[in-house]
Amino acid sequence: MIESDDLEKLLENMVQWYGYDFTGYARASLKRRVDSFYSKGKHTSLAEMQNRLSNDPAYFMHFVEEITVNVTEMFRDAGFYKTLREQIIPVLATYPFIRIWHAGCSTGEEVYSMAILLKEAGLLHKSILYATDLNQGVLAKAKSGIFPGAAMQQYSENYIRSGGTADFSSYYTANYNNAKFDAELSAKMIFSSHNLAADASFNEFQLILCRNVLIYFDNVLQGRVLQLFDKSLDSLGFLALGSKESLRFSGIASHYKQLDNKEKIWRKNR
Amino acid sequence: MAQKQVTGRRLIIIGGSSGSLEALMVILPALRKDFTIPVLIVLHRSISADNGLRDLIASRTSLQVKEADEKEILLAGWIYLAPPDFHVLLEEDGTASLDVSEKIHYSRPSIDVSFTSAAPVYRQHLTAVLLSGANSDGAAAMRVVKEYGGNNVVQDPAEAMVSYMPEQAILLAGVKTVLPANQIAVLLNRL
Repeated sequence: MIESDDLEKLLENMVQWYGYDFTGYARASLKRRVDSFYSKGKHTSLAEMQNRLSNDPAYFMHFVEEITVNVTEMFRDAGFYKTLREQIIPVLATYPFIRIWHAGCSTGEEVYSMAILLKEAGLLHKSILYATDLNQGVLAKAKSGIFPGAAMQQYSENYIRSGGTADFSSYYTANYNNAKFDAELSAKMIFSSHNLAADASFNEFQLILCRNVLIYFDNVLQGRVLQLFDKSLDSLGFLALGSKESLRFSGIASHYKQLDNKEKIWRKNR
Repeated sequence: MAQKQVTGRRLIIIGGSSGSLEALMVILPALRKDFTIPVLIVLHRSISADNGLRDLIASRTSLQVKEADEKEILLAGWIYLAPPDFHVLLEEDGTASLDVSEKIHYSRPSIDVSFTSAAPVYRQHLTAVLLSGANSDGAAAMRVVKEYGGNNVVQDPAEAMVSYMPEQAILLAGVKTVLPANQIAVLLNRL
């Protein structure tokens, strides 16, 4: 396993070589993924791996994708989606135009889940879903709307538990081992590369979702990202986090009120 | 800084799968009231399981019991449970990190992940315990714990409701300390 001093040097080198700053990431998970990349890549030494990373930008991008966690699912945490459906969507419906940001969207399963909620509420036509991630590779997958067919049974169960009443399979076309979601759902999505550790606010939104991303950041970077969300959210807008995340370490908590049902959704004060 | 004060700290991680709850119900109630080592429990359980496990354990021990939160400092007098659907990793500042990366051995939380993450952080101050189970999660990582100087203990396969998990640990990691659950409690109380 990589020693912590060597990991720190590698992180500094990544900033020097490519301007990718992972120094604000929590170390335990990062170390585990670097270890895994090292052993899977059959590297002869850490120096040899670093040498290749510094000289081969495509290999470096592959490395970035491997050391970040890109596990996601549709309608993850059914209670959360039920709350979006029953409490948040009706508020969004009052706006003439709805702007939503999925920050750290990974392969996009939650973006498609949101599009389904909006479509079922008759709001998709007046919505735009911005979906951003650090990794170009996962964004390309998200854009394709093609997900593994084997996951559809679980997603369908999640959908039903979140209050969905349509036939979930009506949203995709099964093909070989894949399910391709309707182009109607992705027509309102804009996919773009955005690094939460470095990039600035780019718009204002009524709803920002960033689920299971902050858990990989240290306290300082969590605070920075929450400030960025605060800047990017309309007053009375909603911020939605993952089931183990909160507004601690941010200084923005006093301007927000969590929903009464204790789902991880906060509303910004006026 | 409070975080600096926990260096030199110790940790016990207890992993298990099917049949391990029975062993835990022997071990945890037998721990001393003034037990000074934080305990992290990593059990395979269904995502839909709610606070039933926490309440069950809390009803049988004088120590305090909660699910581990992200960035939480693990303290003496507490038993922490790995939350369903999250891996628990250990940071050098004595805090826990949560991670929703890929399942390991079909499991999240994975015992391998917690053992492997804790080994270089806690070194000889880590005690890894593996109980009953039908899966080999945790077994290979016991070797990593040993390489970093930590202690390994497995439940006696003859006593375990499902012997496969402790047997795998003995096979893959050469674990020498093989004890029935009541003797595991005696050993932990002497740490």
